[in-house]
Amino acid sequence: MVSAVAARRAGTDSTGVALLRLAAVGAVDDGKSTLIGRLLHDADQLTEDQLAALETANRVRGQSGVNLSFATDGLRAERERGVTIDVAYRYAVTPRRKLVIADCPGHLEYTGNMATGASTADLALVVVDISKGLREQTRRHTALALLFGVRHVLVAVNKMDLVDWNEGRFLAVAEQMQVLAGLLGNAQVQAVPISALHGDNVVERSGMAPWYRGPTLLEALEETPTSTVATEGAGGFRLPVQSVSTRSDGSVHIAGMLTGGQLRGGDAVVVLPEGRRTTVTSLATLSAPVPSALPPLSISVTLADGSRLTRGNLIAPAIDPPPVGRDQLTTVCWFAECPLEVGQRFLIKHTTKVTRGEVVAIESRLDMKSLRLTAAAQLRTNDIGVVRWRLADPIAADPYPHNRVTGSLIVIDPETNATMAAVMVGTPTLR
Amino acid sequence: MAHSGPASGLEPTAPGYLDVLESHAVFVMREVAAECQRPALLFSGGKDSAVLLRLAEKAFQPGPIPFPLLHVDTGHNFPETLEFRDLRVSQLGADLRVALVQDSIEQGRAEDPGPGQSRNRIQSVTLTDAISRGSFDACIGGARRDEDKARAKERILSVRDEHSRWQPDRQRPELWNLYHGRVGIGEHLRVFPLSDWTEIDVWRYIRREDMALPSIYYAHQRQVIQRDGMLLAVSEWVTPTPPEAAQWLSVRYRTVGDATLTGAVRSHAYTIEQVIAEIAESRVSERGATRGDDKFSESSMEDRKREGYF
Repeated sequence: MVSAVAARRAGTDSTGVALLRLAAVGAVDDGKSTLIGRLLHDADQLTEDQLAALETANRVRGQSGVNLSFATDGLRAERERGVTIDVAYRYAVTPRRKLVIADCPGHLEYTGNMATGASTADLALVVVDISKGLREQTRRHTALALLFGVRHVLVAVNKMDLVDWNEGRFLAVAEQMQVLAGLLGNAQVQAVPISALHGDNVVERSGMAPWYRGPTLLEALEETPTSTVATEGAGGFRLPVQSVSTRSDGSVHIAGMLTGGQLRGGDAVVVLPEGRRTTVTSLATLSAPVPSALPPLSISVTLADGSRLTRGNLIAPAIDPPPVGRDQLTTVCWFAECPLEVGQRFLIKHTTKVTRGEVVAIESRLDMKSLRLTAAAQLRTNDIGVVRWRLADPIAADPYPHNRVTGSLIVIDPETNATMAAVMVGTPTLR
Repeated sequence: MAHSGPASGLEPTAPGYLDVLESHAVFVMREVAAECQRPALLFSGGKDSAVLLRLAEKAFQPGPIPFPLLHVDTGHNFPETLEFRDLRVSQLGADLRVALVQDSIEQGRAEDPGPGQSRNRIQSVTLTDAISRGSFDACIGGARRDEDKARAKERILSVRDEHSRWQPDRQRPELWNLYHGRVGIGEHLRVFPLSDWTEIDVWRYIRREDMALPSIYYAHQRQVIQRDGMLLAVSEWVTPTPPEAAQWLSVRYRTVGDATLTGAVRSHAYTIEQVIAEIAESRVSERGATRGDDKFSESSMEDRKREGYF
């Protein structure tokens, strides 16, 4: 006998469960933490001792009952100040999806933490308080998530009870989000009218909005395709070389995590940045030799000519490989406290390669309100702008929208080792 | 099961989620092995560290694991766990270093909390000393973000200062899969490849890989006492004090740590299938059921991590 609890969780069989990474964003007080708490609670992901701990925590603060928002704030400073400072990861396992939920902070000063959650997300879960409408902070966060390449935007139109479940107001917010997403790339937008506080349309279908015929929030998450299939890249497979080892029989094995598309034995490939052509003679997953493999598996391969390979090389299809160059025009999200200026030099990490780079030009700064590029001489903390780099070594980089692995870099402070910026190859896709 | 191959037809099937978690964890370990000078892998013989060791084995096969294993030994062990630890070490030909909390006490580095009292908190001293003695710049551990709300905030590569302290307000942004292993002199990284795994993921992976575990993870008859809401095994460190009464029950362990404060749970799950079915039904969290160390306050894990705890 399978109980209701086990049926709502994954049960014992993991066949058909796919991993979906989502970044939850929203303005302060729009109910994001309450929504995540509600989702976990109603999907039977919270246990009795976790609920009891919440009740105790709320009693200490003079509140009664269970305030579900406290399910997500982890640090003492966050509970004391009632704000989310850093990303908190929460997990839910249903019969169809393993959800990795990055609960992102709402304040501008924590943009680096928000980017941490958004950079790996397939989907942005955007929480909007309908009684306040779409706020500037929410627009900014959604735009940031879109810049970081989320392919799906799921809008949780929250506190619908405060506007008597008014369909017109719901449709207006859904339309605004559609327009916003249309300005930046081509993500799919879906909106669901909910009340996180009362649990309407989160996991349980609500009778409050008979005009709404779409999925509940959890159903929408379960129906979102994940990027673990081969559709991630537009330019075929890419294999950044993580390590190279020579075995006792003299064969050279290359280990790395596959991205971009399917790799097959016998494929004609090119080793970048040198450009030497060869073929794949064998490949294996972590468990067994295979005739072909899909992203995002860690694999090992052998090549007909495995000489002179090193960590930091990239293996790509011989036809249509990524462009190779030292000059890179990029979109930079700058986190460091000092401003970014022309002439500065940093360490740069791209795939498995660490090199150096110099800022050649700051072309423009992105105004997050108008989503227009404006002239700028420097980028300040949490600014996004278009920056031209000259690297010490050539890299094989795809435009970011084509491949998030080979199209991304980080900037490292050579003195403090701090991560100063997230860098995406190419200029933002603005319409 | 969602294995990635070998495929019967020409087209491979989409990787299952366990494949994705496994591939990511292996990627993290390979990055750390490449970028750090002297990593170590924390291995206690518990199930999470057993999974970690299995991943390290697969990451570097057919070669040896290119770093030593480190066990911070509180001295309060379940014998089954130590046997398992030593068996795995000999199977892999691994280099195991054991850091004894008892040594820290005898050297006056840590205060003995007294007979039968938990040594959980002072093991941070032993760990920090071992890291410093071994000049390790990265310590790979099996902690998971679903275990605790402070853990839920920590990066996969987490910088610790020269006192092993975690400073949550100074975490580096961690973007895409671009993990960078550079640290300053005296600093080191704590690396958590299992960050995104949950308890049931760990068990499903153990089933998929057909992994051996210490027998105490499966149901067995054991003499226990009820204390602080937990079932503690009667041992040389835990004896009943009246009105406590020892009783024989069918139990198993969901986590294995310091034997003085790791509770057993009542169970009749003798096989891995039964364990997975039991967890799918469970209404109590893993640490809530079994760990006395997390019950002190809302912030007990955060406080211990700030002191250098894993």
